[in-house]
Amino acid sequence: MSTANDLIHLPAADLAERLASGDVSSVEATQAHLDRIEAVDGDVHAYLHVAADAALERAAEVDRLRAEGDAGLGPLAGVPVAIKDVLCTLDMPSTAGSRILEGWVPPYDATVVRKLREAHLIPLGKTNMDEFAMGSSTEHSAYGPTRNPWDLDRIPGGSGGGSAAAVAAFEAPFALGSDTGGSIRQPAAVTGSVGVKPTYGGVSRYGAIALASSLDQVGPVSRTVLDSALLHDVIGGHDPRDSTSIPDTWPSMADAARAGRREGALDGMRIGVVKQLNGEGFQAGVTQRFTEALTMLEGAGAEIVEVDAPHFEYAIAAYYLILPAEASSNLAKFDSVRFGLRVNPAGGGTVEQVMAATREAGFGPEVKRRIILGTYALSAGYYDAYYGSAQKVRTLIQRDFDAAFGRVDVLVTPSAPTTAFRLGEKLDDPMAMYLNDLTTIPANLAGVPGIGLPIGLAPEDGLPVGIQFMAPARADARLYTVGAALEGILEDRWGGPLLSQAPELAVATAGGTN
Amino acid sequence: MSEISAEQVAHLAHLARIELSPEEIESLTAELGSIVDNVAKVTEVATPDVPATSHPIPLVNVFRPDVVGETLSQEQALRGAPEHADGRFRVSAILGEEQ
Repeated sequence: MSTANDLIHLPAADLAERLASGDVSSVEATQAHLDRIEAVDGDVHAYLHVAADAALERAAEVDRLRAEGDAGLGPLAGVPVAIKDVLCTLDMPSTAGSRILEGWVPPYDATVVRKLREAHLIPLGKTNMDEFAMGSSTEHSAYGPTRNPWDLDRIPGGSGGGSAAAVAAFEAPFALGSDTGGSIRQPAAVTGSVGVKPTYGGVSRYGAIALASSLDQVGPVSRTVLDSALLHDVIGGHDPRDSTSIPDTWPSMADAARAGRREGALDGMRIGVVKQLNGEGFQAGVTQRFTEALTMLEGAGAEIVEVDAPHFEYAIAAYYLILPAEASSNLAKFDSVRFGLRVNPAGGGTVEQVMAATREAGFGPEVKRRIILGTYALSAGYYDAYYGSAQKVRTLIQRDFDAAFGRVDVLVTPSAPTTAFRLGEKLDDPMAMYLNDLTTIPANLAGVPGIGLPIGLAPEDGLPVGIQFMAPARADARLYTVGAALEGILEDRWGGPLLSQAPELAVATAGGTN
Repeated sequence: MSEISAEQVAHLAHLARIELSPEEIESLTAELGSIVDNVAKVTEVATPDVPATSHPIPLVNVFRPDVVGETLSQEQALRGAPEHADGRFRVSAILGEEQ
């Protein structure tokens, strides 16, 4: 007999096995997570919406199908999952963290959500995020920040701080995220969790509320590499409803992750350390843990070489032109006509005045900042100098990747330059906030996949440090192999997952917090 | 230093259909100036011989068969609208008095 406490700490892969064996029911597993949300989410605020009744109903349905011996149940049937609020869900509000979409329930499911349902996973609810995924701290959510489970005074990263905090606080075994410039990998780094940005086009974006269409990618968030791989296998693959979806067939990411745990998995693997993303500008404890991880990889048979990516230093500049330009266009759809908020100016007004008043009231400061910046970058007289030049930098960064992947199998960097900073610390300094995505942005600009996983705690503050691996486009499976291999080495040293070292969260009871 | 002025920000806000307050225009003018100064470094390496990349993984001719697919019903399409009437989205006047 398992206690509810055991159930929330199980990786999704183990929970799935227990469900398949009939040892645990999906209703028990779902209830355990709902109880955990009830107990800690008042402090963490990972969720914007919790669908308790619907989750329990679906769980009961999966239990019934299993009892009937249904052969059509997927390997993750009955496992609970959290969904970033940027993804459209038929039965839950989908706000993308914005006031302008408060209470909006979409008329369709995102393809990735439909795939979760078809695989009989149990959506627990929608997770918090920076408004329209613009931010690195989740402080730009219109519904208040999410807090880092390691230290409630610190940021959980962003924009997907809700999904990362939900898995790190054991409020879900895994979750869906989206990554436009690091919104999956940077939150993973600062919360001691795992996250993957797949190859651009590897996972459907149909029904993902668009931020920057040439950069956005949906991906998994979890506590173990294998769990991200299992979720990736469910959501990945071609979708005719997304014109940027790659029509390839993909290998099993879960098999690739399992291969990483075999003896000799790293033998002969060539791992490139990006010269421009190491040392200067990184917190001492981040560099220390990163260097130790390289030594471990080398000890396990990998060959570590330094590679030069001279144009990576232009990545943030290019990103903050391309992203606002695309966002200013994508967010034009919030016009107070077809969905979302409408604010009528005093005394009425034309449809244009209603639109302007609505967008003034419905968008937060970071969204306004980026729309105005994007409008500027695209305006006549500046287009060639800014947007045009940024697109050229994109070519140069792709060439840097091509040259590097001619020499190595994967690239490696720290996932973020620092550990979790304090809430409010960078909120009033947009450029300081933008620099948090220094190491993650190049992958989005080039469309290549990246994985982030924890490599220990920084000695100076006791907070999680993450490492990022990047692979050539379409070689996502390689990331799961190297990620799982390093995770295995580290967990042997730690005697268990890093998250078991996280402080216990205070648990709210009916009588208050104790 | 970039040359972004308050008048320019007000004009951009009008183009983007956001009714900014005077305080917002003031803070955005300073912030955008600083951001533009930082991102302008793209021009250092964007020489004429470098082609532009608009999409990371280029795909061409992505079409679907020219047949009616699943569509939303009128009711579904209107369900999220702030206001609708007679099966249509309802908006206020398109033209102002001076037009």
